[in-house]
Amino acid sequence: MDFNFTEEQDMVRDGLSRLVREQYDWETRRAAVASAAGWRPEIWAQLAELGILGMPFSEADGGFGGGAVDAMIVMQEFGKGLVVEPFVPTVVCAGGFLKYAGTAAQKEEHIGGIVDGSRVFAFAYAEPRGRYDYANLVTTAKKAGGGYVLSGHKAVVIGAPWASHLIVTARTAGGQRDHDGVSVFVVDKSAKGVITRDYETVDGRRASEVYFENVALPADALIGEEGAGLPLIERVSDEAIAAQCAEACGAMQVAHAMTVEYSRQRKQFGVPIGSFQVLQHRMVDMYTEYEQSVSLTYLATLRLDAAEKERKRAASAAKVRVGQAAIKVGQEAVQIHGGNGVTDEYAIGHYFKRLTIFDSEFGNVDHHMKRHIALA
Amino acid sequence: MNLEFSPEERAFREEVRAFIAENYPAHLADFGMREDMSPEDMVAWHKVLGEKGWSVPAWPTQYGGTGWTPTQRYIWSEENARVNAMMPLPFGVSMVGPVIYTFGNEAQKAQHLPGIRSGDVWWCQGYSEPGAGSDLASLKTTAVRDGDHYVINGQKTWTTLAQYADWGFFLCRTDPGAAKPQEGISFILVDMKTPGIEVRPIKLLDGGHEVNETWLTDVRVPVENLVGEENKGWTYAKFLLAHERSGIAGVARSKRGVEKLREIAAAEMLDDKPLISDFDFARKVSQLEIDLAALEITELRTLAGEQAGKGPGPESSILKIKGTEIQQRLTELTLEAVGSYGTPYYGNIAKLPGDTGSNQYPIGPDYAHHAAATYFNMRKTSIYGGSNEIQRNIITKMILGL
Repeated sequence: MDFNFTEEQDMVRDGLSRLVREQYDWETRRAAVASAAGWRPEIWAQLAELGILGMPFSEADGGFGGGAVDAMIVMQEFGKGLVVEPFVPTVVCAGGFLKYAGTAAQKEEHIGGIVDGSRVFAFAYAEPRGRYDYANLVTTAKKAGGGYVLSGHKAVVIGAPWASHLIVTARTAGGQRDHDGVSVFVVDKSAKGVITRDYETVDGRRASEVYFENVALPADALIGEEGAGLPLIERVSDEAIAAQCAEACGAMQVAHAMTVEYSRQRKQFGVPIGSFQVLQHRMVDMYTEYEQSVSLTYLATLRLDAAEKERKRAASAAKVRVGQAAIKVGQEAVQIHGGNGVTDEYAIGHYFKRLTIFDSEFGNVDHHMKRHIALA
Repeated sequence: MNLEFSPEERAFREEVRAFIAENYPAHLADFGMREDMSPEDMVAWHKVLGEKGWSVPAWPTQYGGTGWTPTQRYIWSEENARVNAMMPLPFGVSMVGPVIYTFGNEAQKAQHLPGIRSGDVWWCQGYSEPGAGSDLASLKTTAVRDGDHYVINGQKTWTTLAQYADWGFFLCRTDPGAAKPQEGISFILVDMKTPGIEVRPIKLLDGGHEVNETWLTDVRVPVENLVGEENKGWTYAKFLLAHERSGIAGVARSKRGVEKLREIAAAEMLDDKPLISDFDFARKVSQLEIDLAALEITELRTLAGEQAGKGPGPESSILKIKGTEIQQRLTELTLEAVGSYGTPYYGNIAKLPGDTGSNQYPIGPDYAHHAAATYFNMRKTSIYGGSNEIQRNIITKMILGL
């Protein structure tokens, strides 16, 4: 049992913490989010330079031999600053698919670009009617010639406007919700027939509706075994869940600290509102929610390489508990900030919004409670 | 005791339902959010009701009230909620109107009540200040007597829809030397076109512009705009807040909201079955309905008490707390119901380069478009009108006697 980080991990954390503090301050973030691009490619380039984008890949694949704990550290720091850059879709998701199931040629083709920052990915898994079931797919990839023809509509693909490539789940065989027959493809976003409607998200990111209109894919667009993609998708999604839980922990930590600080500064009835016991206890509860979330984020992260059932239960436990905590901490932070909490000007409202949307990514509280029960 | 409607009450329901069906502006039916409406839209129904004589049902009949019983008023709000009607804004009808007819002089009644009834005059509320929120009595805006005028200086905040307002009611300090902060405050009516008033927008986290900062610099207001007595404004302010609270429960609207939530949850699918058939989700909806039923009867009991001659008392704080908690929970469940489609920000859709804006490629079902914005917006309800913490303090003091 050891909850200590290595010296290297501490260095990574300190470096990222400095980067977020010095180059991702609130006003800079606000301007970036409101800009036409909606993100900061120069920060992405810097993350590549610092080795952050290559961290989870093995040295043989051109990376730096890190693991899930490193991704957790990165995302917790990003959560503190509400960093919008697509680390999870690109490094955790696309990187995960390539690491676990990519051929040597696919790794060669894509990982170098992820590591040096030139290739950005989005993970197109959700569909309008599928809710949180990865196997509930209307999108199909039909064998044609030597490759596939991809048709369908993917919903709310986070980071797609910034992406050069997409990881797309599609059905290659079987009925709509069958566990067999699900496949994973890598798709060049500039391919003919890929149509995107880009938009802002309520939590300051960008996303797209992605429509595939008979997109011709070469045979080597398939990642992993045809029709056997579901276990791979679940594995990678559990990694994304662990990483996003870490992000939520970072956001909760800052939201809590901001609230405590506000309660020190804000005076009503001649005293700081932080002197009122009713508010003190609620801020204690927020803090407890945060600490419980950190614990389950550790659990989910450290179980990613465990047996399948253990891994899934830990990921679902974290997603349930961190999801509940994110909602509670966000709501309480706004309430204790009073009217200022519902303004666009104060940062706290933006933390609240990110913590709200967290629940609906990779399955919400109810979804993961059911998954946890099913695995009992 | 009896919860059944009498034949007369059922006939009344038919009458108002028919009136609403015939007269409610068609283009405003089932409007999404107030922020999306033009100012004309916001007062359109008010003006229709003004002509009919139904715009201020709760007022005493000599000032234009309808004389409806509490049950009739309840039926009236239910029928309006059925079409999600944009009701008259509260600032005139529920806030300053009752203050004027209760504490104002004859000239003030004659000048202001007709415009409030008709919807021709738009009012805003100048209560909160940056340093005076929950502790409203610490307000610093001053009104200094200069001949037959007051000269007002200060800054108000959260002045809802002040950008359209013709008149405002302001709490100002007229006796800075009073022994208690509550004792030196006056309630003053201000023509918003008076020189020295500047209204600056505050953007809220849902992206909307609903509230403002209002700056008053050497604003000269005739002394006849003082309501009641000088330095007695706190009494009128509290009276107004109690009135505001009793309407704040929003029962009829929440009932319509639950119906809509059920419609959404019937359209959304989980494992190819309607979400509403999922036990976990259905349980939450039922819990909400149960809480709402309790609130509804609590409100009816309060109204019956009012009818019996008791004004809205401290128990209206319960209505405020539970009403806002239910409204917030409703929007939270609605956001949960729409799943991933709660994530897009629909306010700015066609703006990104490369976006065709074509309807050929829709972004989520229509019912999802307001879900997140409404959830974010409704966080204000447990903060405004006296935060829910303040309401609990009121109950602690006034009911528990602690």
